[in-house]
Amino acid sequence: MLIKLTGGLVYDPASGVDGKQQDIYIQHGKIINKPIGEFQVDKEYDLKGKVVMSGAIDMHTHIGGGKGNIARMLLPEDHRLDPVAGNHICRSGCGHVAPSTFITGYRYAEMGYTAGFEPAVLPINARQAHMEMGDIPILDKGGYVMLGSDDYLLRMLTAKKDQKAINDYVAWTMNAAKAIGVKVVNPGGINAFKFNQRKLDLDEQNSHYGVTPRDILQVLATAVKEIGISKPLHVHGCNLGVPGNIETTLDTIQGIGGLPMHLTHIQFHSYGTEGDFKFSSGAAQIAEAVNKNKNITIDVGQILFGQTVTASGDNMRQHANNKFASPAKWVTMDIECDSGCGVVPFKYKDQNFVNALQWAIGLETFLLVDDPWRIFLTTDHPNGAPFTSYPHLIRLLMDRTFRNDVLSTLHPEAQKMTTLASIDREYTLQEIAIMTRAGAAKLIGLENRGGLSAGNWADITIYTDNADRQKMFEKPDYVFKDGELVVVDGKVVHTKWGTTHIVKPNFDAGVEKDLRTYFDKYLTMKLDNFKISDDEFTEDGRGHLTTHPLNSVA
Amino acid sequence: MTEIRDVPSPFCGMGTDDLTIEVNGQNVKVLSNGCAVNTPAFEHPITDIKPRIHGKEVSLDEAVAHAASLLKNTNFPVISGCATDVNGMRGLLALADRTGAVVDNANFNNARKNILALQDSGWMNTTLAEVKNRCDVLVVVGTDLESFAPRFFEKYLWNEAMFLENTSERDIIYLGTKPSGTASTSPSGKAAQVVECATENLPDVIAVLRALVKGQQILATSVAGILVSDLAAIAQKLKEAKYGVITWTAGALNYSHAELTVQTLCEMIKNLNETTRCSGFPLGGKEGDQTANQVCGWTSGYAARVSFAKGYPAYDPFLLDTHTLLENGEADALVWVQAFNANATPPKTSLPTIVVARSGMTFEKEPDVFIPVGTPGIDHTGHAYRLDNVVAIRLKKLRDSNLPSTATVLNAIEQHLREEVVC
Repeated sequence: MLIKLTGGLVYDPASGVDGKQQDIYIQHGKIINKPIGEFQVDKEYDLKGKVVMSGAIDMHTHIGGGKGNIARMLLPEDHRLDPVAGNHICRSGCGHVAPSTFITGYRYAEMGYTAGFEPAVLPINARQAHMEMGDIPILDKGGYVMLGSDDYLLRMLTAKKDQKAINDYVAWTMNAAKAIGVKVVNPGGINAFKFNQRKLDLDEQNSHYGVTPRDILQVLATAVKEIGISKPLHVHGCNLGVPGNIETTLDTIQGIGGLPMHLTHIQFHSYGTEGDFKFSSGAAQIAEAVNKNKNITIDVGQILFGQTVTASGDNMRQHANNKFASPAKWVTMDIECDSGCGVVPFKYKDQNFVNALQWAIGLETFLLVDDPWRIFLTTDHPNGAPFTSYPHLIRLLMDRTFRNDVLSTLHPEAQKMTTLASIDREYTLQEIAIMTRAGAAKLIGLENRGGLSAGNWADITIYTDNADRQKMFEKPDYVFKDGELVVVDGKVVHTKWGTTHIVKPNFDAGVEKDLRTYFDKYLTMKLDNFKISDDEFTEDGRGHLTTHPLNSVA
Repeated sequence: MTEIRDVPSPFCGMGTDDLTIEVNGQNVKVLSNGCAVNTPAFEHPITDIKPRIHGKEVSLDEAVAHAASLLKNTNFPVISGCATDVNGMRGLLALADRTGAVVDNANFNNARKNILALQDSGWMNTTLAEVKNRCDVLVVVGTDLESFAPRFFEKYLWNEAMFLENTSERDIIYLGTKPSGTASTSPSGKAAQVVECATENLPDVIAVLRALVKGQQILATSVAGILVSDLAAIAQKLKEAKYGVITWTAGALNYSHAELTVQTLCEMIKNLNETTRCSGFPLGGKEGDQTANQVCGWTSGYAARVSFAKGYPAYDPFLLDTHTLLENGEADALVWVQAFNANATPPKTSLPTIVVARSGMTFEKEPDVFIPVGTPGIDHTGHAYRLDNVVAIRLKKLRDSNLPSTATVLNAIEQHLREEVVC
């Protein structure tokens, strides 16, 4: 079947195309060049006046894994407010802050998203993450495996194992857990909490291991680079949510010494201590540091007002914040000498000074970072807001008047503490396309995704241009996934199963010798049973794996 | 004859994966690391291999078609048992969505005691490897731990640990029920402390313990036959512990509104964490209990007791109990899914009944349709959740029995109904 998309205005930053009228041809799920000679188009879509982008990619969204399922089970009252009936195409489920897997897939697709990446895959919980994502229809998915609070790594650091040994362990874990990236959450802090430490600054030692967060960041960022992973180390830094944590964040950026590093949901790490309430915006300093240090990428973790639930691996900080739980119930877990998690429902209020300023800090960050290839649009779903609020967020970025109208309704003291009203910048469609498509694909290292040139998979979203950007982005005219039409007028018309994106870095097989002894002695599972096999993805006939290339390693 | 090592068990809830099993044709024999729970469950022989309609042997296709025809015009079928692997639950939930059925996990009346506490106030819990490596004080509430998990002490407590110099010195405290054997006595001879009371008195005892943890003054000198000073000593031990763990089986808390006891325990653990570390460790998860809750959770938003009758999932932890629905005459068909335990037969009912269950199940009253299925982890690969809800174990296929999986059967029934809708 040959499909032709005729006459749309194409925004394809991956090819440097910025709002140019172009035809797109699709065959066998992929975008092809215009066929040479005589050819017959089987299906043509007239897209004159429409905006064409590749399918959006959420590079940080909590859509798979145990903490998400805890959040679901914790919040029946939220599900009851958003029941979703099934039909002859779609399964039923629930929506809002902790949507069921099927509804997650449909709602992402209905906003024009075709891929989502779970950023916090605990190695020991990776099976669950993949099984949950295996029940998310339409989307491609993948995960960043979490290291840094696992006792095995900390023991290696205490034993002064060399970088090569750590590289092998990281590469082995990525293969075992079927990951495409590596994340570190409150480096070493989740572990320190198990020893009853309640905070861990960048240079503070774990009381048992004597290892600091800085040590952990250094070896992991190095490992990721040296084993050839495209995706820079994904860092949820120290001191999340703590006023004054801007100093830690700036120090983290400086301290990494030029290694590639991605600082995630940086909004939560950009707080100063100025003003009457000892809480202020550090966005300008953060943006300046990001602009200056080309090795750094960030996503924002924008907060938006309303009910949500925070789900994080950072049980140290989640426990510290439990008094803010709304409704007043919360969960933390210590997990398998591997990691932990914390789930705290939260309601961001526009008349609360801190929440209002958090909102402004996120937007300041978006608007003050110059390079859209190094900043990504996230709410850290569901931590800052559910992913369904993205169209609203895009409007805030693209429409200064709208942004300032919202700002003028917020807590008055917060308005005084932000420079937001003075920032004129409005994001362009091309910049949105970079942040949510081409940039994300490039960052993660996805081959043949995130672009519209020939050879790319035909993940394509078509919008009707509308000055109200929220309306435009919440209801695409068409969404194609791998060349199949899955959404028309913002509603799923057809479902399919996406792939799981992974990398397979090389490692010395000898790494298993020490690991096997460790597993047998201290863990509760056999090493060979820990490793996830390919057939676990494929045996039910739905899932499959796509392995992406590694960077060449010098 | 083949010998298979490192076999994981879906039966015990602990995710034990060190069994060595000998397979000889259709016969399975546990050679090492078995226990009173796992060995009989693995060794249970295959008897039925053919599906039956009203007791008469038929092909799988005929059985599936008849099951679909029984479900086709129902208004409120109940799919109960839900004892299977992840793919089996996926198929089960798809069928429920298709037919507007209620999904009711077999042991939810027990699991509910934990889930209600979770949904009202939450908890701080831990997992098996943390218990193994960190726990210095273990309080066992109302539970005979060694009959629940015969190898628990041997495998997870009397071993080498990363953060304890001498694991034989761990403090084990039984509160309520006394242990049935001596597994809790450490290799160096240190015996568990046993503070006994009747199970139904645990709400009072736990309430006093929590008050003591919080430093409140107790005027009474004893509660349910236990000296308050003894409870004060336990509270002190928990406060002084580096990593205390409190464990219970919800099933053993066999009195009304035991969820309030679970909640008091969980809130007490939160209180302890103001100064030290302490975690809850609810025991459970046998025969796919946690698997059912997990898959139902991510598919519907709710762990169990979900009705799809209105087209969307609706949760009621009390009204959607299979027995209530059958007794009140609300349900109009029963699907019983039990791939692990041939002795766990469906509840008595005169309604049309479809049983998808482990080979060898015998019935007082033959169901309309019986489809024997393979057991996950013996007859086919699969996934099952361990008691701590975090670790999913990869189940192995041990033999070629040609029995279909639960997923194959339920997907086929669902497919049948889907085609009828489309045609």
